Amino acid sequence: MSRLADSQATFAAALLGPELPVPPDLRSLGVPAGADRFGVYRNNVMVGLIEGLREAFPVVCRLVGDEFFRAMAGEFARANPPRSPVMLEYGTGFAEFIKDFPPASSLSYLADVARLERAWVEAYHAAEAEPLAFTGAVSGAPLRLHPAARVIRSRFPILTIWQANQADAEPPPLELSDEGDIVLVTRPAAEVQACRVSEKAAALIEAAASGNPVYVGLELEVLWSLGAFAASGADA
Amino acid sequence: MSTPTPASNLPRRGGVGLKPCHYRTILETRPGIGFFEVHAENYMGAGGPPHRYLTAIRDIYPLSIHGVGLSLGGAEPLDEAHLARLAALVARYQPQAVSEHLAWSSHDGAFLDDLLPIPYIREVLELVCGHIDRVQSALRRPMLLENPATYLGYTDGDYDEPEFIAEVVRRTGCGLLLDVSNVHVSCTNHARDPHDYLQRLPLETVGEIHLAGFATRQDAQGRPLLIDSHDRRVDETVWVLYSDVLRLTGPMPTLIERDADIPAWDELASEAARAEAATISAEEPLRVAAG
Repeated sequence: MSRLADSQATFAAALLGPELPVPPDLRSLGVPAGADRFGVYRNNVMVGLIEGLREAFPVVCRLVGDEFFRAMAGEFARANPPRSPVMLEYGTGFAEFIKDFPPASSLSYLADVARLERAWVEAYHAAEAEPLAFTGAVSGAPLRLHPAARVIRSRFPILTIWQANQADAEPPPLELSDEGDIVLVTRPAAEVQACRVSEKAAALIEAAASGNPVYVGLELEVLWSLGAFAASGADA
Repeated sequence: MSTPTPASNLPRRGGVGLKPCHYRTILETRPGIGFFEVHAENYMGAGGPPHRYLTAIRDIYPLSIHGVGLSLGGAEPLDEAHLARLAALVARYQPQAVSEHLAWSSHDGAFLDDLLPIPYIREVLELVCGHIDRVQSALRRPMLLENPATYLGYTDGDYDEPEFIAEVVRRTGCGLLLDVSNVHVSCTNHARDPHDYLQRLPLETVGEIHLAGFATRQDAQGRPLLIDSHDRRVDETVWVLYSDVLRLTGPMPTLIERDADIPAWDELASEAARAEAATISAEEPLRVAAG
């Protein structure tokens, strides 16, 4: 089967490498296939990957404009094709790529907005779990993080930027604050929620995420109501 | 032919590919649609709204699960982790049909996100049959295999496309998901006669039909090059070919596939209604018993 494996290796490289020749074992209507026909596959793959990223990162796309986004996403996709057929996982690593993408360096907050959007997608698809209800008392058992809960810390006001760039958003404030945001993204029920949390609250969530015991504090009551923790028992 | 292949228990009516933008309309209005189809990979997250909606819709409608990521024609061993995800999805939703493509899409750990063509040679026939055997054994049911839309072929070939498909179906016992638009697209792109192509397929094993829109381009020689784009209404040429198919198969579950530029629900519903009107009025073909 090595002949087929070689053929598919050449095909795959040429798909992602527009500078490479059309593989020699391809044919169309009795003659060697040209770049016109092979180009359909090249185009399908790149358009599919770029569209997938555009759907997963709509605010990043809005911030940089469609043309810039396509170029940036295309460069990411060529260097980082999906590692799984489960395309809802595609986009991990896009924020890191943006951080080191020189043409985007003037938008210093862009990578952090991408991290927030990725967290939103992960929360959307995360396992179901009943959020922990506030009962006024907590047993000694360590708190279990809700499977959808993620904390994103940024030195930029990314939640304000993200909210102002939703499709149906109010116009953004004229001046953004200089302060950073700490954002909790979670999905206590059907809808993904993103909200600002305090440094202390974020530390509690991160402690729970790393398996360290979390002690009762004023912040906990707030975090219960936000769906940061899961009720004990198996995930659905 | 009076009953579809065991690989499909879908009703012989019109169906629509399920898209998130239509979830609410479907649950609120409960349209008279024969069945829905989903891409398996879109429901491989752990939880969340996609599963909540699909569960509610599956409670009301028959379902077809259509995989796009198994890479049945890939030189590499089948991705067992992905097959396990598909098996879990099938166990959870108990669909009336499970289908995949005659294509490859994964290489060396990368998923190439398109349905890529395979050479129709003996060693690939054995490879594809081995992969389908493995899928059917993991799912514990027969699957449907979809005929491809292709833009080029290979220098090497021991079979032409319908011969290759017929041999895979014969050896594995899988059924055929007959994509009539793919027949039109491939036959146009390779200057073949679609009726001759159809006649050489194992039509008695068809368990579902797909209809979709395509884009029209030209290749470098100015010949028509059709792209299987799923981004517009089904073309009139394909509707005509579909009627010809129904004369050969009798009534068949028929899906309207739309994956880009998704229109309002009513437009898809009207195309499904057109397919349903055609399929329910199709007559059972006369068959002469063999032997």
